[in-house]
Amino acid sequence: MKYIAEYRDGRLAKDMARQIASTADPVRSYHFMEFCGGHTHAISRYGIEDLLPTNVRMIHGPGCPVCVLPTGRIDAAIALAMRPDITLCTYGDLIRVPGSKGSSLLKAKAAGADIRMVYSTLDALRIAEAEPDREVVFFAIGFETTTPPTALALKAAIDKGLGNFSIFCNHVLTPAAIQNILESPDVRKLGTIKIDGFIGPAHVSAVIGTEPYEFFAEEFQKPVVVAGFEPLDVIQAILMLVRQVNDSRHEVENQYIRAVTALGNEKAQAEVANFFEPRESFEWRGLGEVPYGALRPRPQYEAYDAEKRFSMVTPAAKDNPACECGAILRGARNPADCKLFGTVCTPDTPMGSCMVSSEGACAAHWTYGRFREKARQPNAGTAVA
Amino acid sequence: MNMMGVKPCNWKLDIANARVDLSHGAGGRAMRQLIEGIFHKAFDNVWLRAGNDQSAFAVPAGRMVMTTDGYVVSPLFFPGGDIGMLAVHGTINDIAMAGAVPLYLSASFIIEEGFPLADLERIAQSMGDVSREAGVPIITGDTKVVERGKADGVFISTAGVGRVPDGLDLRADAAHPGDAVIISGSIGDHGVAVMSKRENLEFDTAIVSDSAALHGLVAAMVAVGGNHIRLMRDPTRGGIAATLNEIANQSKIGFHIDETAIPLKPEVAAACEFLGLDPINVANEGKLVAVVAPDGAEAVLAAMQAHPLGAEATLIGHAVADENCFVQMTTSFGGRRIVDWLSGEQLPRIC
Repeated sequence: MKYIAEYRDGRLAKDMARQIASTADPVRSYHFMEFCGGHTHAISRYGIEDLLPTNVRMIHGPGCPVCVLPTGRIDAAIALAMRPDITLCTYGDLIRVPGSKGSSLLKAKAAGADIRMVYSTLDALRIAEAEPDREVVFFAIGFETTTPPTALALKAAIDKGLGNFSIFCNHVLTPAAIQNILESPDVRKLGTIKIDGFIGPAHVSAVIGTEPYEFFAEEFQKPVVVAGFEPLDVIQAILMLVRQVNDSRHEVENQYIRAVTALGNEKAQAEVANFFEPRESFEWRGLGEVPYGALRPRPQYEAYDAEKRFSMVTPAAKDNPACECGAILRGARNPADCKLFGTVCTPDTPMGSCMVSSEGACAAHWTYGRFREKARQPNAGTAVA
Repeated sequence: MNMMGVKPCNWKLDIANARVDLSHGAGGRAMRQLIEGIFHKAFDNVWLRAGNDQSAFAVPAGRMVMTTDGYVVSPLFFPGGDIGMLAVHGTINDIAMAGAVPLYLSASFIIEEGFPLADLERIAQSMGDVSREAGVPIITGDTKVVERGKADGVFISTAGVGRVPDGLDLRADAAHPGDAVIISGSIGDHGVAVMSKRENLEFDTAIVSDSAALHGLVAAMVAVGGNHIRLMRDPTRGGIAATLNEIANQSKIGFHIDETAIPLKPEVAAACEFLGLDPINVANEGKLVAVVAPDGAEAVLAAMQAHPLGAEATLIGHAVADENCFVQMTTSFGGRRIVDWLSGEQLPRIC
C-alpha cells in the first residue's frame, strides 16, 4: 500500500528506536502524554512501547471522544431514542457505551428503540429525506475533526428544507481539554502526574492548525509535537520530544507536515463557526466541567438542536465507584491499576467508557498489551519455540 | 423435500418473473413444483430421484463426523460467490477440518415471501454446481416459506456427514508448545468481498471471495503428514484471530505469530485500511489454519504448496507454553501485541 506501508516500516522504526535510545539521557526519565486516542491505538497496535528505552514512558490522554462523554449524555440519548417518533442515528462506536444501570444504545435498540448505525452524517441525512414522518436525530460526537461534517450536514438540512432532521451535539474542543489537564492540581501542584511534553493530535490539528498549541507550550513550558497516526510518525515525534526536553526547549513542532499547517483548514473552521458556538461549560468524563470545552448549535439553528427541539435533559449519572476511567483519562492512573480492569471490565463487558472505544486507554491496553502485565509476573509466557 | 403422491401442477413455473409466495411452503402442488422445478433440477442425483422423505446410504466402517451450519449472508450475491456456494463449501470444510472425507449433505431453506424465483434458481444452481464439483451430493432437504419481513430473502442450513481416515484423530485440545502454525493462503478476501457490496459501503474492488471446498487440500495434507497434523480449523467469522484464540484456549497453550509472514493481498490490506478493520479479524471461506508437530511441518507445508488451494501456504508462527493462552504477534513495526478475539460484531452476517 503506497503511502501507508512506508510509515510502518520496521527497519526505519529500529533506526528511530536506536536514535531515541542514544539521545535519551539515562539518568533522567521522560513522560510524554499522547493526547489522542488515535495515537494510543497506534502505540498499542504496533507495540511501540517495546521499541522505547525504559526511561521513556507514554501516558495516555483523554483524546477519545467516546471515552470523555459523560454517562448522563448516553442516558439522555437513550431516553430520546425510546420515544416512538424518534430515529436516532449514531456512529457504531457509541452503540455499546454503557449508560446508567447497565443500559446502552444497543440494549435500547433490542428493546425496540429505532437506533441506526451510520457511517457518516450523510447517511443520517438520507434517512431523514427518505422517511419524512420520522424525527431523525444524529448523535453528533467528536473533536474538531468530526465537527465540520456535522456543520455541513446542518447546512445541507437547511438547504434541503429538512424539517425532521436535528443533531444531539456532543462536539468537544481539544485545546480546552489540554489546558484543563495542565491546570489540574495533579499536574500543577501535587505532581502526581508528570508530563514532560505532549504528542499533539493529528487529524484535529489538520483542522485547527498548530497555532492553538503555542499558548500551552509557552504558558506551561511544555513541548508539543503534532504527529500523524502512523507508528513511524509517533516514534519520530517521541524522538523530537526527547530532543526538546534535552535542550530545555518548549516549542510547538510539527512532525505531521504532510497534513498539518500552522493555520489549519480555514474553510472548515469557518463552517464550524457559522453553525456552532462554545458552551460556557461542558462536563467531560474524567476531567469534570471544562469551561468552553464543547460546542452547541448557534441560537438561530435551535430548530436543528435536538436538546432544544425535544427539551432533552441530561440527568446527573453516577459511574461505578470502582471505575477508574476518570483518573485514567487524566493520566493519573494506568488501566491495569483499576480493580475492574480485566476482571469484570473487558471489551465484551465494559463498565467504563475507556474500555469501549478501540481508542480508549483500557481497551487498547486490554486488546493489545495485557501480556505485559502478565510478563511481569513469574512463570508466565515462557516461549518454547 | 419429497412429496410423492401429489399430482403435478398443470401450470408452468415462471422462473423468470414469478416470486415465492406462501403457497410454495404450504405443502401443496405449488411446493412440489418449486422443489422439483428448482431444487431437484439443480441438485439432481440418484437419492433425490428416489423421492423419499429421507435418503438412505451405506455407512463405511470407522469414525464418522457430522456437522451443521446456518447461512444468513447479506448480500446474497457477492463478488466470487453467493449464499448457496457458501452453504455447500462451509459445511464441506467443517467436515474436512476433522481430516475427514465429506460424503453427503442436506440443505434446508427458509425463504421470504416475495423472493424472486430467478434468484432462488441461481442460488440452487450454484449449490448444485459446487456440490458436483466437490463430489459431495446434496441428498435430502426441506423448504419453508415465511411471511414478508420475517426473513431476509433466503436463509440456508446445510448439514453433512463424512468419514475420518483410519488412525486420524484431530482434536481442538491437541496443540503442543513448539508446534508450527500454517495458513493455507491470503487472509480476509471473503469479508472484504462481501463488505464491498454492502449497502452504504459499496466500493469498487477486484477482490473476490475465496469460498472453496478444502477437502482436496486436506486429503493431500493428511496423505503426507496425517500423524503430524494436530488439528485444523477454517478461520471463518472472526478471522484467524478468533481461530488461534479458540485453539489456544482449548489446548491451553499460547501462540507467537509474525505479522509480516501472514499472506495478505494488497487490495485487501487497502480495503481494511479505509474500513478500519484488522485483516486478522476478517472472515475467510476457503482457507485453513493447521497446527502441525515440528517434525511434520515441512512435509505438510510442501504438500499444501503443491495443491492449487494451498499455493500460498505459509508458516506464520508457533505454539508456545503460556498459561494465559495469549496469542501474541510481532508486528510489522517490530513491537509486540496481543491478537485478541473481537468484541461485539465487526461485520454482521458475513456468512
